[in-house]
Amino acid sequence: MSYPDDLAYSREHEWVRMDGSRATIGITSFAADELGDIVFVELPEVGASLKQFSAFGVVESVKAVSDLLAPISGEVVEVNEALRDAPELINSDPFGDGWIAVVEVADASETDALMDATAYGQETA
Amino acid sequence: MTYSPHTDADRARMLDAIGVASVDDLFADIPASVRASDWDLPPSLSEQEVRAELARLAGRNRIPDVSFLGAGVYRHLIPSVVGEVIGRSEFATAYTPYQPEVSQGTLQSIYEFQSLICELTGMEVATASHYDGATATAEAALMACRLTRRSRVAVSAGVNPDYRRVLETYCSGPGIEVVTVPIDLADGGSGTTSLEPLADDVACLVAAQPNFYGQIEPMRELATVAHDAGAQLVAVVEPTSLALLEPPGAYGADLVAAEGQPLGIPASFGGPYVGLMAARMASVRQMPGRLVGATRDGSGRKGYVLTLQAREQHIRREKAASNICTNQALMALAATAYLSAVGPQGLREVAELSMTQARHLVAAMEEAGVGVRRFGGSYFAEVAMRVPDAARRHAALAEQGIVAGYLAERDAPEMQDTLVLATTELTTDDDIARLVSALEATR
Repeated sequence: MSYPDDLAYSREHEWVRMDGSRATIGITSFAADELGDIVFVELPEVGASLKQFSAFGVVESVKAVSDLLAPISGEVVEVNEALRDAPELINSDPFGDGWIAVVEVADASETDALMDATAYGQETA
Repeated sequence: MTYSPHTDADRARMLDAIGVASVDDLFADIPASVRASDWDLPPSLSEQEVRAELARLAGRNRIPDVSFLGAGVYRHLIPSVVGEVIGRSEFATAYTPYQPEVSQGTLQSIYEFQSLICELTGMEVATASHYDGATATAEAALMACRLTRRSRVAVSAGVNPDYRRVLETYCSGPGIEVVTVPIDLADGGSGTTSLEPLADDVACLVAAQPNFYGQIEPMRELATVAHDAGAQLVAVVEPTSLALLEPPGAYGADLVAAEGQPLGIPASFGGPYVGLMAARMASVRQMPGRLVGATRDGSGRKGYVLTLQAREQHIRREKAASNICTNQALMALAATAYLSAVGPQGLREVAELSMTQARHLVAAMEEAGVGVRRFGGSYFAEVAMRVPDAARRHAALAEQGIVAGYLAERDAPEMQDTLVLATTELTTDDDIARLVSALEATR
């Protein structure tokens, strides 16, 4: 499986798209496929502060419930409200319309602890 | 007779497999000081001797001739059909099944229970029961904390003191602070107009309707007080009263908790009872315990399933909405059978009769000059009466087989000389006359 080159990936299957001091985060197509049909996402609140690799929300599929682990630290500035009514966007477009939140990044160097697309591809092979 | 199917050889093999020398070694983590070392048990008895001993112990129970004790538990007529239904062997379990698809009858009965509780409370979703009213109340408060992501609970002193103690216990683990809102000693209601003094991190206001002293609370106002503070209103209700009083769903309650005992379950020390909980559908994913849903199978036939199990401990482990998911399925079935048997009109008559007898009681006591109402305001079927020298007379009447309600000062020192007396449709005019004359005689 191949993954978008412009993203950074965590071992816990979250992705980060950096844009200046802000980062959009979501879960990967690999995680979405493993979970199966996603039926509910518990989003963080705007203003919540995320800590890298700590839980910030919950994703529930027909067969499992998993914590969302922040791939990067920062303050939540926006959440994907569309997921409240259409959590399946994570299955259909995990790297696009299925994004979960945008955070104001606290320390951009944290991406050093993440993988690029090639490394993540090997990780999930 | 041995009750264990395992032989010494079986045990040796199991211990060997896990690399432990003896069964005692499995308990090595428990300090020796708290382990029982000497049981000092008497010799075993024959069945006949055990029967005789239990009969002797049961003979020490004192069943009062007349009781006005309520305080959260109420004696009502239980139609015979309730015992007939719950006595059926297909239903004889306290648990909801873990293999639901083969137990459609059980699941249907639970679904009907949930539907009845929703109808009674005016709420959108009800759980398949909790242990009792106290644990349902505590679970509702914890649920409010999860929903609001706040960590303080305000509870009215008008809530049953036992419930408040259980609430304190539940909140002590997760570090949730419980703040008591005093009741107004003039009208007996929760005397609060704002939660602001409690700061802005209050998750919920827990208030009872009717409250522990039988008083009717201004629930609409309390809902506003809670909502103005961004908090939820947890209404602790008495289910029979809902046949007459405004349902919590109509006055803005976000969560409802109740003791289901008045619905077809006998008053007995220690239960088993059944806790009821209801909420708005938007909060369903934070609800603790089991839920049964209706669906259709592949052939389009109606069927029942355990639903939204992702909240539950067998899937979410320590992150479950509750780790006390054992419910009281058999007692919930009793409530279902009771409500089905009496129907809406029957329940209304039960509530009206209970209320009417409370008014007869007050009139008789005031006329005889043995007590006056402790509060203004309105009351349901339980009433706080100021009776001089209440503690002594309460004890004296108990000696004569008359339980003169609940001695309020046991839990609230400011409620000296106050008896909280409950009436139901089983309270006769003669019961009232006996209470009044016994109180007169102890003047």
